[in-house]
Order: sequence, then structure tokens, then C-alpha cells
Amino acid sequence: MITIITISLSILIASAFTLFFVNTSEIINSWKKGLRLMAYLKPGINNDGLKDLKLAIQALDDVDNLQFISKQEALSRLKTQMEHQSSLFENLTQNPLPDSIEIRMTATNESWQKIESLAAQVEALPQIEKVEYGQQWVGRFAHIISLFRLAGYAMGALFFMATIFIVANTIRLVIYSRREEVEIMRLVGATDNFIRIPFYFEGLIQGALGAIIGLVMLYIAYIFISSSVENEFSPGLFRFHFLSPDLLMAILLISMLVGWLGCFISLKQFLKQ
Amino acid sequence: MIDAHEKSSIIRMFHVHHNYGPKKALIDITLDIAKNEFVFIRGPSGAGKSTLLKLFYLGEPVSEGQVLIDGINLARIPRKRIPHLRRKFGIIFQDYKLIPTQSVYDNVALVLEAAGAKKRLIQKKVKSILRLVGMEDRLKSFPPSLSGGEQQRIAVARAIIGDPKIILADEPTGSLDDESAAVILDLLRGVHIRGATVIIATHDKALIRKTGGHVLDLQQGRLETSTFIEKQYDNAIF
Repeated sequence: MITIITISLSILIASAFTLFFVNTSEIINSWKKGLRLMAYLKPGINNDGLKDLKLAIQALDDVDNLQFISKQEALSRLKTQMEHQSSLFENLTQNPLPDSIEIRMTATNESWQKIESLAAQVEALPQIEKVEYGQQWVGRFAHIISLFRLAGYAMGALFFMATIFIVANTIRLVIYSRREEVEIMRLVGATDNFIRIPFYFEGLIQGALGAIIGLVMLYIAYIFISSSVENEFSPGLFRFHFLSPDLLMAILLISMLVGWLGCFISLKQFLKQ
Repeated sequence: MIDAHEKSSIIRMFHVHHNYGPKKALIDITLDIAKNEFVFIRGPSGAGKSTLLKLFYLGEPVSEGQVLIDGINLARIPRKRIPHLRRKFGIIFQDYKLIPTQSVYDNVALVLEAAGAKKRLIQKKVKSILRLVGMEDRLKSFPPSLSGGEQQRIAVARAIIGDPKIILADEPTGSLDDESAAVILDLLRGVHIRGATVIIATHDKALIRKTGGHVLDLQQGRLETSTFIEKQYDNAIF
């Protein structure tokens, strides 16, 4: 029982971290999907020139799609966004905004270097006045993503090792408390395999039960937390997901492996004596 | 070439020493136990009786000297053959050493399961042995619910179910009242009559007088005397 509780708590902690990591990656991905470059055009480009420009941009690597925004449309969007400050536009005699092209990048390829490289290539085109993409913000964001990934993997590895250590030690203590039973089995002529196999099965079953209990606890917590997180943190932008069936299966198998490993290490020490 | 003496011996020891760290537990023991003997290893507490028994089944390694069990030299036995060596023995302890979380049936069946016997044979033999020791109605009970005498009867059942060649009993009546002790002794006599070699470590001189047999006297780790006392099976139940 102690072993199952220890395994289930360890699995709960490790899988809660996995859940957090998976969903945070999801949030980052949803932010990344919104990443775009704005290319401002030089004045006086005709329709043919615009067509050629679009083709030239589309031909560049990592470009997903692009959309031409005329200076009139840009002003109209600005007015909509600033409808509470409409007085600012009253004295405007001419449209100061340039024509522009909004460029969206392919979702998987937005490393900082690629964004920078694409911006430079677009800016080098003769019809382009300037390219903006929130240079500073994107740089920091890319850095944060790399750090987050690294921290995630490091913490995942630490959690995994800590789980194995805790579970193996708990099992060791439990087997230690049953050392007399092991000793009796040896005295009646039981082979090492005869002694080991029931313990191995027990380890596998305890690992499986611990994982199931831990994951059920996580699922209950997930149901309580997910709706409030979705509403408060980023409404509509992403959906809070539970662990995928593949991940659940992996956690179950890892837990069984840990249960078995705990038994294996403990019995190896006992049967050596 | 095996001489006639070696042929009839089941346990032989030659100049055996055993130490626990710096403490000498057994000193220069040489002995010979014949097949189907009823042997008492007698001596006060700390004389080395339990240690001597442990050397027979490799519960302790021999520090020096040679031990032969049924012709097998223990110094040369590979580790994986030790369980097979132990199946030659049925071992009874003063504190019974039953598994408390397993039923009487499972405790006794363990010996045959470990030897790889078939389930039907195990069922048949366990019931028969429990009948022999008078515990057939307690096969579903757990050891903690039994009295000391009953637990020792289960321990005897476990020791004899595999038809071992040698029964080792370490103070088997030490924690029992006279009546229970008499039952255990009768069971051991019965096993002896059926052909097993019985070796009992005890400090109880009255027990030896009741039964008789080959008596080995241990004093402070040394084998002092080896004498024979006449057998008196006047109250045997077999």
C-alpha cells in the first residue's frame, strides 16, 4: 500500500509537470501562429508592380501567406481600433499611412534567426520602404522559448530521476520488511528466480496501480482547474488539453518500469547476501 | 574410490573452523554422521550448536576445513546449486520461521512449489502431511492465530513434506510446554523411522534421555565428546 501511494504521488507530481509543460508549449505555439512581419511599400507602385512584389515575397523561404493592405484599409482599421479617440482623425487632410503587405510565417519555423533573415530579404526588395516585426520583442520571446524548453527538459529529467529514487527506496524498505519471508524461501530450497518472479509481478502491478491512481487524481484536478485557466489566462486563444493517450500510455509503462526496477535493485542486494 | 565408511555417512566434517569476525564460533570440528542416525548436538547457549547446523545447509560459509553433505563438498558447490542442496534438508527453528502473511496451507506448500511440483500433487501431499501432524482442520488459518505448539507442528510439516534426507531442528521444543514438546518429538521420531537422518540442537538433557541417539557435545566451539545413548521409543505414536 505504501509503495502504491508513493508511486501514485510521484506520478501525480511528474505528470502534473508534464501537463503544465505540454499546455505551456501549446500556448507558445498559439502565440507563434500570430507572428507576422509588416512590409511597408514605397509610394507609387502600380498593380503589376504589386503583383511582382507579391510573387517575389511568396517565393522566399518560410513564408506561409501574405495579404496586401492598402493605405485606405490601413486607415480604416486604425480608425476602428481607435474609435474612442476619433477626434484625432478630424484634422487629417490626407492619409499618412503607406500601403503594406502583412507576411505570416510557417508555424514551425520561427526561430529568431529565420525571422531576422526573412525580414532582411524582404527589406532588400526595391519596392519595400521598411519592414517591422517587433524586433526586440520577438528576440526576447525566442530566447524565453529556448530557456523554457531547456528548463522543461532538465526538470523533466530531474523529476524522472527523483521518482525512480523515491519509488526504488520505498520498495527497498518494503522488501526489507519482508526479508524474513525471502530468507525462509531460500531455506526451503527456493531458487533466486522463484523468489524474484512474484516480487517482479508485484512491482509491475504496483507501478501500474500507482500510475492509474496518480493519473486519475491529475484528471480530477485538471477538470477543476482547466475551465478557469482557459477563461482567465487566454480566452479563446487556446484550449487547455489533458495528456494525450500516447503520453498516458508512456507514463503507465514508465511507472511499471520504475516499480519493477525498484524490486530488481532491492532483490539484487538481498539475494547477494 | 568410496570406502564403506564414506558410503554410509551423510554428513562429514574435517577440521572445520568458523569465525564471526575476530570471534571463534567453531574450532577444529571433525565429525561423521551416518545415514538414518538420530543425533543430538548438545551444549550450553553460545557453544556453537546453531552455527554448526547453519554450516550444513550453507546458512553460513565455512571459514576453514571441509564439509561433505551426502557426498557433496560444500567448498565446491556452485551458487546456483545451493537451492538443490537445501532441498536435502528439512529445517525446524525454535521461533518456527513461518511466513505470517501466508496461510498454513501456503506455508507448507511452499517447499513443493519451490521444487517445481505439480499443483495436484502439492494439494494431495499438503493435506496428507497436515493430517499427520494433526493440523488438517487449520489449513486456512494464518500462523499468528495459532499457538506455539501448533505453529511448531506446521514447521515440522513444512520440514518433512519434501521427504528430505536430513532433518535439522534447532531447539525445536525450546519455546513449548511439555505436552507440545512431546508431540513434536514424536513427529521427529516418526520421520526418523521412515528413513531420515534427524539432527537436533538442544541444551535440554531431559529431551536426550527420553529419546537416545548419537550425542555430540559442544563446549565453547569445540567438539568435546561423541557418544551413543540407547534408543527408547516407548511412547512413539508411529
